[in-house]
Amino acid sequence: MAATPIPLEVRNIKKRFGDTEVLKGLSLQAHKGDVITLIGASGSGKSTFLRCMNLLEQPDEGDLYVHGEEIRFKNTRRGREPADWKQVVQMRAKLSMVFQSFNLWAHMTLLENIIEAPIHVLGKPKKEAIEHAHALLERVGLTARANAYPAQMSGGQQQRGAIARALAMDPEVMLFDEPTSALDPELVGDVLNVMHGLAEEGRTMVVVTHEMGFARDVSSQVIYLHEGMVEEAGPPEELIGNPQSPRLQQFLAPKY
Amino acid sequence: MLDLHGYGPRLLEGAGVTLQLALLSLLLAVVLGLITASAKMSRSWLAHRTATLYTTVIRGVPDLVLMMLLFFGGQIGVNMITDWLYYQFDIDIFININEFVAGVVTIGLIFGAYMGETFRGAFMAVDHGQIEAGKAYGMSNSLVFRRIRFPQMMRHALPGLSNNWMVLLKTTALVSVIGLSDMVRVASEASKATREPFTFMIVVALIYLLIASVSEWIFIRLQKRYDIGYGEAD
Repeated sequence: MAATPIPLEVRNIKKRFGDTEVLKGLSLQAHKGDVITLIGASGSGKSTFLRCMNLLEQPDEGDLYVHGEEIRFKNTRRGREPADWKQVVQMRAKLSMVFQSFNLWAHMTLLENIIEAPIHVLGKPKKEAIEHAHALLERVGLTARANAYPAQMSGGQQQRGAIARALAMDPEVMLFDEPTSALDPELVGDVLNVMHGLAEEGRTMVVVTHEMGFARDVSSQVIYLHEGMVEEAGPPEELIGNPQSPRLQQFLAPKY
Repeated sequence: MLDLHGYGPRLLEGAGVTLQLALLSLLLAVVLGLITASAKMSRSWLAHRTATLYTTVIRGVPDLVLMMLLFFGGQIGVNMITDWLYYQFDIDIFININEFVAGVVTIGLIFGAYMGETFRGAFMAVDHGQIEAGKAYGMSNSLVFRRIRFPQMMRHALPGLSNNWMVLLKTTALVSVIGLSDMVRVASEASKATREPFTFMIVVALIYLLIASVSEWIFIRLQKRYDIGYGEAD
């Protein structure tokens, strides 16, 4: 079988902030169609790990491969940095990120948010980008809000809009950084439904989340992090259904 | 009505000089301000130090003193260089510093320092998540600047910018001391000749006020434009 390149692979990522080592050698392989969820208490390093994958944080050690291409690093006085920022920019265009606080661009309408990167980064013709955007808006149920500004939308609408913005890039891998943590409880369901649909159509996703229901029902692999290390990893039915480590057992125990 | 004793056309010409001087100085100040703000925010030690030296010197010396230093001192400096060229290489050139250019450069330099602080504060007020989103979607630094940082920064910079512009506009009156025929110089000449200072100064005051009011209207329009998307309350 011809080897198709793995969409995203990271090996032995280490990261320190000052004297604290927050990631102590983490690896992950996201094959096509994988939904990998990262769970763990706050401070376990799961968000930092995700942010190392598109180099919003610079890992101090470790390798990064996007679609089989190795990202090159060099050592400078300030520490380790990518050797070629152009390569990083191209790599990021293949990985779309959905943020905890949505981060839709506040000075643009929702539609403008969605077509911005496809036009200016991918060089897509405007007409095509707008058509695609309308299809995506319909998919996330926001057709009526195309011309609204982010400040005029609810959190749930903003996050679904942010997912549409991510999809507009036709990404190889989608990175979700606690996408429902900033939402009111009644708005979480709509966002999870959209993500559920994406998983079903075979999107490759890496998701940092506190939603155990989502992790259990949707992911192909769950990784439980504790203090920057993998404490336990495996398919959800094993990891959530039958946790081995006492720490994970306690983490998963009903809180009330 | 006011009798301008035939000085009307010259006063208007002077007003034209004032306006041109102010607009060109503003352009220079904005460019210098953006460079200064970037330098102050950069990780380069040299850039940071140079920018700090610039703002410290400019903000610590009176505008009038700076203007005379640059105009007269600049001429002496240029003369020294041309003299040296003549004695050393027999090259005979004469450069006269033009009052208008000297005025634009001085006022631009002065207000570049103030604009630098205005822009720096405004850049820092942009939510970091907005910039991260740009980076995460594969935008280069220059694209992030043009499409996200600059338009979002302007919203925070405009109140300070408009304030600086009003002060800049009035600072142009100082160029009359280096002999540029701006509105104030024409008016003071006319006052001496006719012995009616009040007449001419009231006209000058009204013209300044008119320019200031039009500017204010323009800034309100600009603020509305850059406030788009931020809701009423913000």
